[in-house]
Amino acid sequence: MTIRDIVFVVVGVITALSGLLAVSTRHVVHAALWLLVCLGSLAGCYIVLGQELVGIVQLLVYVGAIVVLVLFALMLTRAPIGPQPDVDAPAWQRLAATLLGAATTVLLALTALPVVGREQVDLDTPVVSTQQIASGIFGTWVWPFELLSVLLLVALVGAFAVSRTVLRRRSRS
Amino acid sequence: MTLSSAAYGLLGALPATDNPSADFSDTPWWVALIKALVIFVYLLISTLLVIWFERRIIGRMQQRPGPNRNGPFGLLQTLADGAKLMLKEDITPAKADKIIYLLAPLIAGTMAFVSFAIIPFGGEVWMFGHRTPLQLTDVPVAVLLVLAVASVGVYGIILAGWSSGSTYPLLGGLRSTAQVISYEIAMGLSLVAIFLFSGSMSTSQIVAAQSSLWYILPAFFSFAVYVITMVGETNRLPFDLAEGEGELTGGFHTEYSSMRFAMFFLGEYINMFTVAALATTMFLGGWQAPPFIAAINNGMFNHGWWGILWFTIKMWIFIFGFVWLRGSLPRTRYDQFMRFGWKFLIPITLAWVVAVAFIRGAQLGFLGEGTVTVGPLGFNTSTLVIVAVVAVIALAVAWVWDGRREARLAAEQVSPPEEIDPFAGGHPVPPLPGQRLREPSVALTAGGSSGESVVSGGTVTAVKEEDHG
Amino acid sequence: MSAPYVPVLFMLALGFGFAALSVFTSLVVGPKRYNRAKLEAYECGIQPTPQAAGGGRVPIKYYLTAMLFIVFDIESVFLYPFAVAFNKLGLFALVEMVLFILTVFVAYAYVWRRGGLDWD
Repeated sequence: MTIRDIVFVVVGVITALSGLLAVSTRHVVHAALWLLVCLGSLAGCYIVLGQELVGIVQLLVYVGAIVVLVLFALMLTRAPIGPQPDVDAPAWQRLAATLLGAATTVLLALTALPVVGREQVDLDTPVVSTQQIASGIFGTWVWPFELLSVLLLVALVGAFAVSRTVLRRRSRS
Repeated sequence: MTLSSAAYGLLGALPATDNPSADFSDTPWWVALIKALVIFVYLLISTLLVIWFERRIIGRMQQRPGPNRNGPFGLLQTLADGAKLMLKEDITPAKADKIIYLLAPLIAGTMAFVSFAIIPFGGEVWMFGHRTPLQLTDVPVAVLLVLAVASVGVYGIILAGWSSGSTYPLLGGLRSTAQVISYEIAMGLSLVAIFLFSGSMSTSQIVAAQSSLWYILPAFFSFAVYVITMVGETNRLPFDLAEGEGELTGGFHTEYSSMRFAMFFLGEYINMFTVAALATTMFLGGWQAPPFIAAINNGMFNHGWWGILWFTIKMWIFIFGFVWLRGSLPRTRYDQFMRFGWKFLIPITLAWVVAVAFIRGAQLGFLGEGTVTVGPLGFNTSTLVIVAVVAVIALAVAWVWDGRREARLAAEQVSPPEEIDPFAGGHPVPPLPGQRLREPSVALTAGGSSGESVVSGGTVTAVKEEDHG
Repeated sequence: MSAPYVPVLFMLALGFGFAALSVFTSLVVGPKRYNRAKLEAYECGIQPTPQAAGGGRVPIKYYLTAMLFIVFDIESVFLYPFAVAFNKLGLFALVEMVLFILTVFVAYAYVWRRGGLDWD
């Protein structure tokens, strides 16, 4: 049990707990903020495991952009302060969700652990650096990279079209 | 710096690796802690000084003395302000979300300090018996860490605006957040050109790569864009729309008082220092002495502790730039600001990045290996070709844009029609000098008056259309 | 190795400690004379106009700006490793990256032409 193992376990527990709090809290905006903590500690997990580029990109994109978008969306609609009992799911739904979540976790563990559970990676000599990531993206994974640009195009055009529909509906109402 | 070494810097080979060039192997954790404390104190003292500096300089620019009562030359003014703020009542509005209301200024205040962890202040020195660089830490993705921390700092603004529980802070927070994120893109893109030159994102490696030529010269356009975006990021004039008092009563920090208010401003000033320090590191060679001083005595002034002096001087040049802008320029309007950021800065910075990529590609021999010798220097043919193509495209775009602008301005100068019908718009309009008035013809024939006036209205319209056509 | 990040945590702790200490000190040291007017939202001294929950309707332009920001953020995130590893990547990667930028630029031009970048 090195210090790194302990730190990794701590960061992992924070990720799991904040994820749980994100779905179970009654304050709408607090849910977004717990999501923020979850994604931030996931970035921490990456950094503890030595993948700093991925960790910082996670901070830049998820924490810096996507949760900002979620917060904007919340504030566009209601963003009330204080607990909101009417957005709370009824008890049977919560039970069903917990059961389904636990079942999915067990399924993933049963399928993934036997496959990759035995592998060992030496974290003291980092295998992957920025150079290698770049060579990978622009070498082996060229087609997914170019398809990603098409995906970004579609996402942008779609977001714009959706917002225009909302604007038209608002101006009509 | 001789011509040949300048050329070497321009055409230069990249470092073999993107790992930091600073060596932290002899730095135990307590030395790092002491360095962190020293940097922290340096930042706090710099904040005290910059507030005084700003108020004195702005005072002088406005022909008045500025604060000069508290302490010699008014130097203790900031301490007096801090003590005053500490002794004020800390009010939390009844409708606020108490936890987030407390957390928002803490986030804003904390995130500003973190970026200084990777800024290099000098070369290697002996500290407490250990040989350590004058830098708290360095990682291969250091500059990206600064950008990531800056994007987390945005949450201080948006959460402050939302948690105050009233409309003006919410709107102000949303506007400020939209402002900051719009200019973050241009900032990141302008730094990509620097990474293309230096081959690394580690700050010590970038400073080392500028030993022969500071990047402000080859990447002048990146410098210009970075300076503009850094003013936009830190909410300083001419981009301080967050504090547009006439519009938003104070924006996201309206409901804050006492030290929480002070934390926002501490965060803003430390952010100023962070972006200025990053600009110094990326464009002005970091802690290295200016070339004519570095040459003295074979680089005596370029070692060890001297770096702090040069770094501080360069950083304060940027701070003076900030203060100067505040003293001279009026605030932009929000839509002008967003239009400038989205419609001008982003496309042009992207075009610049592509141009730099092609130029670097040509230099590195991707596009052919022929060389051309001009005097004592040998240039790659493809480099010259690419630079020429980029220059021609830039000039052509500028020419077309200027021509269009002139045409648009000329089209707006419509000469007024010579003859108008004063009642055409439903209410009487006086004639401009030189215009004739069309007398409305009044038909007095019984039963046919409406028909007559319609006909006369039709002819008047026909005349008007001819004039405008 | 994540050891280089430990000093970053030092700075984080120092900054947070200082900020928390200042706020806590002002809570202790400052006066506490509450009256009802101080607890209401501030609107230049007049009674605050009653608003719908959450501040009423906020323009949708902010949402679109945030979407655009995400797309360009992802694009710049790909530019960073490209720039760092550029000298080892060669002409092929340069052409690839130009294609990527062009594709995103097409979307950007579309949004521009349709008025998505206009703020009134």
